[in-house]
Amino acid sequence: MLKVENLVVRYGMIEAIKGISFEVNDGEIVTLIGANGAGKTTTMHAISGLIKPVSGSIWLNDTELTKIPGHKIVSMGLAQVPEGRRVFAQQTVEENLTLGAYARKDKEKIKADMDYVYDLFPRLKERHAQLAGTLSGGEQQMLAMGRALMADPNIILLDEPSMGLSPLLVSEIFAIIEEINNKGKTVLLVEQNAKRALAIADHAYVLETGRITLEGTGEQLASDERVQKAYLGG
Amino acid sequence: MAFLSYLINGLSLGSVYAIIALGYTMVYGIAKMLNFAHGDIMMVGAYVAFFALNSFGLPVIPSVLLAMLACTVLGVVIERLAYRPLRQAPSLAVLITAIGVSYFLQNGAQLLWSSSTKVFPSVVPAGSVQLFGGQLSISYLTIVTILICIAVMICLTLFINRTRTGKAMRACAEDKGAAVLMGINVDRIISITFAIGSGIAAIAAVLLCSTYPSLSPTLGSMPGIKAFTAAVFGGIGSIPGAFLGGLLLGVIEILSKAYISTQLSDAIVFAVLIIVLLIKPTGLLGRKISEKV
Ligand SMILES: Nc1ncnc2c1ncn2[C@@H]1O[C@H](COP(=O)(O)OP(=O)(O)OP(=O)(O)O)[C@@H](O)[C@H]1O
Ligand SMILES: [Mg+2]
Repeated sequence: MLKVENLVVRYGMIEAIKGISFEVNDGEIVTLIGANGAGKTTTMHAISGLIKPVSGSIWLNDTELTKIPGHKIVSMGLAQVPEGRRVFAQQTVEENLTLGAYARKDKEKIKADMDYVYDLFPRLKERHAQLAGTLSGGEQQMLAMGRALMADPNIILLDEPSMGLSPLLVSEIFAIIEEINNKGKTVLLVEQNAKRALAIADHAYVLETGRITLEGTGEQLASDERVQKAYLGG
Repeated sequence: MAFLSYLINGLSLGSVYAIIALGYTMVYGIAKMLNFAHGDIMMVGAYVAFFALNSFGLPVIPSVLLAMLACTVLGVVIERLAYRPLRQAPSLAVLITAIGVSYFLQNGAQLLWSSSTKVFPSVVPAGSVQLFGGQLSISYLTIVTILICIAVMICLTLFINRTRTGKAMRACAEDKGAAVLMGINVDRIISITFAIGSGIAAIAAVLLCSTYPSLSPTLGSMPGIKAFTAAVFGGIGSIPGAFLGGLLLGVIEILSKAYISTQLSDAIVFAVLIIVLLIKPTGLLGRKISEKV
């Protein structure tokens, strides 16, 4: 279980996260929705140790993530697909996937996971020797997801995976998120596409300028008037 | 035939620049900083090799290895003490610190070893290969210098492209945040980069001092600036760029000395740099991949 308690994050003088708490139970899909600048990415960065919070704690089972260096977090079983994909443009698809398994030692299982990722995203397999920077946006998103899966995480964080993709591709990505979840991986999903996210979420939180203002099941929030007004266009 | 001889001498000098430039460019590519103390680290390597050869009478190979070890340790320590605390600082602060480290090393060398010049013994036996019935003579030192530069370049390329650590270095060069998400210890990778860059600078030091045997605490400055120029020329951050930039710089320098003017040779080198940067701001092999959304 991932548990965030009273998290506060600052950039210099700006307090981007003002004391939020939420939980992600094992096996669930939990989504964090909110407008631009609400602090979604900041929250994700804090969980993965890319930024140190001012106060509060982040627990992954019995480990306090804020107490360990960022590069050790992935081997605790938590991987992230960052906003904007951030694939290694000058490395090939396969090298990117191999880097995803950088923290692992189990060679045999890595090979099997590579096959699994190629099964999940056949387009990556076709392009395994291509430089990641030359992939299309959708393919880069697939690569970023595949790369995170290569860490064999128990929980996977996705930051706006549907950003800039065509509706068809968005459907494909969401289908894969559900499939990953069905395979037993816990998912924390940040989205601006609130409709889609709420539709697949077990639990959801609304983040507004650094504070959580609403929470509930995906269904509850999807039918909530305030959410409909602010995030579902009516 | 004279031209060919100049060309080969240029390649030899360029090889030394290339090796120093490789260190510059690696550190820039991964730590995103200009380590202006790089030439001075090389100078320390030259002194260590000198004492190993002269005072301890060690054979050439162990002397070079000792100098490499000293530079490696020095590079890592400098990074740890002077640069790592500034990782989040503005780049101007880092640049000024690097210049400070450079002076620190020069003055330290002056204190320890005095500013009077010492004569460095060549590590390659004198003599030369005669070609075209004696019309073209290439010294053993020139041949060894060029071969070593090629060997360093090949080893480095293999390391960066084939090994796990090399791939992690490339990942850090592109995106440190994403590298952390992969579980890469960025601090450690930066340390390794300084270690390698500084270690190979010792090789350049020995080759340079075998060609120009006067050893002094400021010996690293000019080659340092030239190597920096070479790295920018080739496209800073690019390893093949540093190699190409170094070789071209050496050739241009020697040819301008031979055919134009000894005094103006440095000015010509920098003029060529400026022209290249005007035409291609990223340097000869520098690249900018536009990000896709
Ligand atoms: N590196 C930074 N330095 C200073 N302020 C920052 C930095 N990164 C984010 N912020 C600020 O923190 C706030 C939250 O940003 P964040 O990126 O977390 O929002 P977000 O919810 O992910 O938005 P989006 O949907 O646009 O991705 C914003 O006001 C932003 O300007
Ligand atoms: Mg964001």
